[in-house]
Amino acid sequence: MSGEFIVNLVYIVSSCLFAFGLKFLGSPVTARKGNMLSALGMALAVAATLASGHIISFQWILIGIVIGAGLGAMVAFKAAMTQMPEMIALLHGCGALASVFVDWTAYHVHGATDLTNAITLYLSIVIGGLTFTGSAIAWAKLSERMPGKPILFTGQRFLNIALISAILVLGAMFLINPARYDLFLIILGLSVFFGIFLVIPIGGADMPVVISVLNSYSGIVACTTGFVIHNTLLIVVGALVGANGIILSIIMCKAMNRSITNVIFGAFGAVVKKQAGGEKKEAKAISVEDAFLVLENAKSVVIIPGYGLAVAQAQHAVRELGEFLEKNGADVKYAIHPVAGRMPGHMNVLLAEANISYDQLMEMDAINPLMENTDVAIIIGANDVVNPAARHDKSSPIYGMPIINADKAKSVFVLKRSMATGFAGIENELFYYDNCRMIFGDAKQTVQALVAEFKSGH
Amino acid sequence: MELIYLLFILVLSIFLGFALISRVPPLLHTPLMSEANAICGIIIIGALIAAGAEANSTLTIILGTSAVALAAFNVVGGYLVTERMLKMFKKKETAK
Repeated sequence: MSGEFIVNLVYIVSSCLFAFGLKFLGSPVTARKGNMLSALGMALAVAATLASGHIISFQWILIGIVIGAGLGAMVAFKAAMTQMPEMIALLHGCGALASVFVDWTAYHVHGATDLTNAITLYLSIVIGGLTFTGSAIAWAKLSERMPGKPILFTGQRFLNIALISAILVLGAMFLINPARYDLFLIILGLSVFFGIFLVIPIGGADMPVVISVLNSYSGIVACTTGFVIHNTLLIVVGALVGANGIILSIIMCKAMNRSITNVIFGAFGAVVKKQAGGEKKEAKAISVEDAFLVLENAKSVVIIPGYGLAVAQAQHAVRELGEFLEKNGADVKYAIHPVAGRMPGHMNVLLAEANISYDQLMEMDAINPLMENTDVAIIIGANDVVNPAARHDKSSPIYGMPIINADKAKSVFVLKRSMATGFAGIENELFYYDNCRMIFGDAKQTVQALVAEFKSGH
Repeated sequence: MELIYLLFILVLSIFLGFALISRVPPLLHTPLMSEANAICGIIIIGALIAAGAEANSTLTIILGTSAVALAAFNVVGGYLVTERMLKMFKKKETAK
């Protein structure tokens, strides 16, 4: 058996371990085992590659691994759970850039060997380049190093079209004459540049979609790089990751009732500024003391968290409140909208961090039939995902978006800083409903005040 | 390897990916994504070859070594952060 054959056998084992890793993520009970198996697959693949005989010098590899692994471990341990979206964006960017460098090296050493090679090289550097800067911008927006609002300027559309056309035309020229190193570099440069303009017009609340799309791109790049260097394992893993990103993008878009093109080219926030028609109703506020009296008598409570909960870092206080409610005999559940937060599953991770049992975390479709029999719905830092206008107001920009039916509960408490509108820039008619009361102030402080009431009341 | 075999592998892997991932509950979507990041670090095997085998010019050394570092960042950061998140998902009986 040749060495090459053995290496490929190990790659098959690694592919299976990666597949098992994803399969075991199907349940929180087996998920950790899956992660372990997946890591084992990675270790095997790296070991087999190092031993393959292709590698002559180890010093640079060692330096690279020490730096990368060291930084990776540091960031992984330091990142707070509220910072997960930016961490993920950072990882997307690094993966894409690594792929681009591998492609570049392959092109520098071997050139483009045939047309297929040239095509996959071209696709790799275009998608890889724009994924790198796109992820960097997403990271900057999520970590608030950059304003999260959509950045728009005149001529933006023109600039984007010009960039896309240039990338396509130069690409055609490169495929005709793949020996043109200058074209390779210009295409890479333009793609890197284009990634910036692709993500800056996208606002904070659309980040779950952007992160999912970038995730699938990072997989696709690994895949095309696999074609460039003829590596089967890269193709398998790239396809798995690409499928992952596509599935998550579809789920996120469905949860917002929007298409991917609308998210990427739409600039939602700028579209509609609808005046609240008809009689101007007054939202009714309630004090913490009165809210406590209602909660004390509640038999079932549903807590609906949104991005505001992450901003206020209120997850631990919420868990405490939930425990007091349960001690008081109430059934407590958490209703999680698919796009609550800044990435898929963001709220689940935050609440799990606060030690909330995961069987209390309910998906939207599971909780909605139960809302009518719920005594109190507490909305913490969520807005558009509970706006009943999405169900009946055809003129509303969020019409058709699936929502959590908080308004069906007997009483609704909304924890909010002020009457400001949500991301979509529209009034939430729920706030004016008769069964709705506002508790103004910082979410964390409000929840802590409620907890204090429970403490003194017992 | 022949292109057609690589395409074969690609298409079947896409099916496998869709089948596996559509079964992951929304509860675990964030760890799923960090896991995807970690396995995407498989580009490290391409990076190893780039840095180790073809180290014949300054440019390839720089590109290869950077690629190894970036990919290692993904692998180690991805797996560790996934493990950290998954450790937190507990059921009531074991909580506390």
